[in-house]
Amino acid sequence: MSDAKRPAETLNGGPAEVNAGTAPSSSFLELRDLKIHFPTDDGLVKSVDGLSFKLERGKTLGIVGESGSGKSVTSLGILGLHNRRNAKVSGEIWLDGTELVSASEEQVRRLRGRNMAMIFQDPLSAMHPFYTVGAQIIEAYRVHNDVSKAVARKHAIDMLGRVGIPKPDKRVDDYPHQFSGGMRQRAMIAMALSCDPELLIADEPTTALDVTVQAQILDLIRDLQQEFNSAIIMITHDLGVTAELSDDVLVMYGGRCIERGTANEVFHEPEHPYTWGLLGSMPRLDRHRSERLQPIPGSPPSLINLPQGCAFNPRCPYSDQTGGLSTSERPELRETAAGHLVACHLHADKRRQIFADEIRPKL
Amino acid sequence: MSTSQSPAGDTAAPAGAGRTGETLLEVTDLRKHFPVTAGLLRRQVATVKAVDGVSFSVRKGETLGLVGESGCGKTTTGRMIMKLLDSTSGKITFEGHDITKYSPGRMRPLRRDIQMIFQDPYSSLNPRKTVGAIVGAPFRLQNIQTENGIKKAVQELLELVGLNPEHYNRYPHEFSGGQRQRIGIARTLALKPKLIVADEPVSALDVSVQAQVVNLLEDLQDELDLTYVVIAHDLSVVRHISDRVAVMYLGKLVEIADRDDLYERPMHPYTNALLSAVPIPDPAEREGRERIRLQGDVPSPLDPPPACRFHTRCWKAQDICKQVEPPLVELSPGHMTACHFPENTTVSETDVVAKAAVSPEVD
Repeated sequence: MSDAKRPAETLNGGPAEVNAGTAPSSSFLELRDLKIHFPTDDGLVKSVDGLSFKLERGKTLGIVGESGSGKSVTSLGILGLHNRRNAKVSGEIWLDGTELVSASEEQVRRLRGRNMAMIFQDPLSAMHPFYTVGAQIIEAYRVHNDVSKAVARKHAIDMLGRVGIPKPDKRVDDYPHQFSGGMRQRAMIAMALSCDPELLIADEPTTALDVTVQAQILDLIRDLQQEFNSAIIMITHDLGVTAELSDDVLVMYGGRCIERGTANEVFHEPEHPYTWGLLGSMPRLDRHRSERLQPIPGSPPSLINLPQGCAFNPRCPYSDQTGGLSTSERPELRETAAGHLVACHLHADKRRQIFADEIRPKL
Repeated sequence: MSTSQSPAGDTAAPAGAGRTGETLLEVTDLRKHFPVTAGLLRRQVATVKAVDGVSFSVRKGETLGLVGESGCGKTTTGRMIMKLLDSTSGKITFEGHDITKYSPGRMRPLRRDIQMIFQDPYSSLNPRKTVGAIVGAPFRLQNIQTENGIKKAVQELLELVGLNPEHYNRYPHEFSGGQRQRIGIARTLALKPKLIVADEPVSALDVSVQAQVVNLLEDLQDELDLTYVVIAHDLSVVRHISDRVAVMYLGKLVEIADRDDLYERPMHPYTNALLSAVPIPDPAEREGRERIRLQGDVPSPLDPPPACRFHTRCWKAQDICKQVEPPLVELSPGHMTACHFPENTTVSETDVVAKAAVSPEVD
């Protein structure tokens, strides 16, 4: 195992300390048993069901998972963007010593934009088509800073320049539709960064972009992180993007974390059958893969009726090797190596053996 | 040049000449210009040259991948092959027949042989029709008598693509994205086509489901002897499923070669940049990888750069690139590229390019 890049504090959390009570967190960001449920006519949708992790400044956490695994709901939950009338949020979110779940809307509003910001997937729908790009950045900046319009405008131009928009003093007066897709995404990043947030959540920031533009945006996020020492949560379904940017990786399935570890651990020594499935489904650009892809059978579960026991058991080829535990009991997230957590009933030795014998040769 | 009927002896040689296998589809100097009109009289003020002189051939039983960034004309090319769009000039030959000027009526019987798989499984199925009606529509439209009735034929098709035949009476909304894409594929296969144009067939799907559909397409190709033209922006997927790959940039073909040749020995600088921009799902490799970062966005096809269209973003560009358009030449067997200064090639080959560029009869 390579632990060269392991952040000392980020991953020492096990399930034991999840219920450690309401002691303030010493980490920059810590989620403790976060649950976000939506009551609907068809039943309770458990979009996020007990998620815990820590993140320090300057580090990047990649959250991967398929659609409906709860990635985006988590990010909106951290920002406090769920309507409390429709969503039931419980658990704790600690941001730099402040608990956000129990905080008032006004408190969260003051933090949002200034201390935490978000880059949305689709910049065309995240920006208002009626206002110029500059006006939208100026508004965000003036909400949190008591400055004149002229100062804010200068700041907006400065930010647009920093994210690589050519002629920012002219383009600041353009409307979103006058920007190309890549430029719009840059403008979104400029808006998100306008108050130097300490926590930046990027929800599929490059999914709508071409690869050459994606590469530019990823470089930009990396550079800006170094400059501002922000903590970044990178939510994506693209394992390539995750591997490129993340220090740590958290894999979600059915609203829960099923594996968490450093990027090297998750990509090179994955222990959860679902993580194996994700890696095996992926066509590779860097090497020729003569064998067929190894897809995961079936499709992601409904969040209203999660399968009994391990949510992954109907799709798991190894669920019959746990003596029936997979179908009766939900596996806890347990530490398999220092900082590497896996929620699986298979015995750790057995998992490693299966990975070495059956999975690795086909990846 | 292929052994079969070749109508294009006097024009630009179709790419991929000199290989075995019967040519099923041949596209010669295909162009599509969209007029831009303005004012009360709808006078034409400009032209979008979406596709501007593309030539290639597809052999029976192979998969040709067509890649490029958004706006490069790959979808327009696919739609012209399907005759969903009329070409401005050029020639499309299918099984030796020039179908370029076919009227919709004459085209109708041919529609059995050329079918399309669409990108979005949500908008390409009529929500008010049952799966049975959707998949059975081709039989009714073409007045085809099936042995045991349409229902039996549809159920066989559903089984072929891995769906439960009993779901005949369900509506599209009852299916997941992957299943809907399978419904679309079943409809495509109904009339036993020879050529299938698949426009981004898996890009709307989650990675685990994407692998299922990729495997399904490969199985069907073996089983039914299909020929595919796969249009995609995901270079990893294209590497996995294609036999040959064509790269487009701003309406032009810049490189076409056998799959492994193209990915391991890309010659055109644009192909090199494209490949190096794809994030590799391996955190160990992010440090050592050599990256080419293109600056800016793709220029507007309203006013493409003269001569070599890539020269505005190319790090190897010299004066000749701005004055003389590089022709598509075969630099090694089956590997054609349009560049004055190709990569991964020897000096003598570069001379070939220089000569071809100067000699007037090429263009």
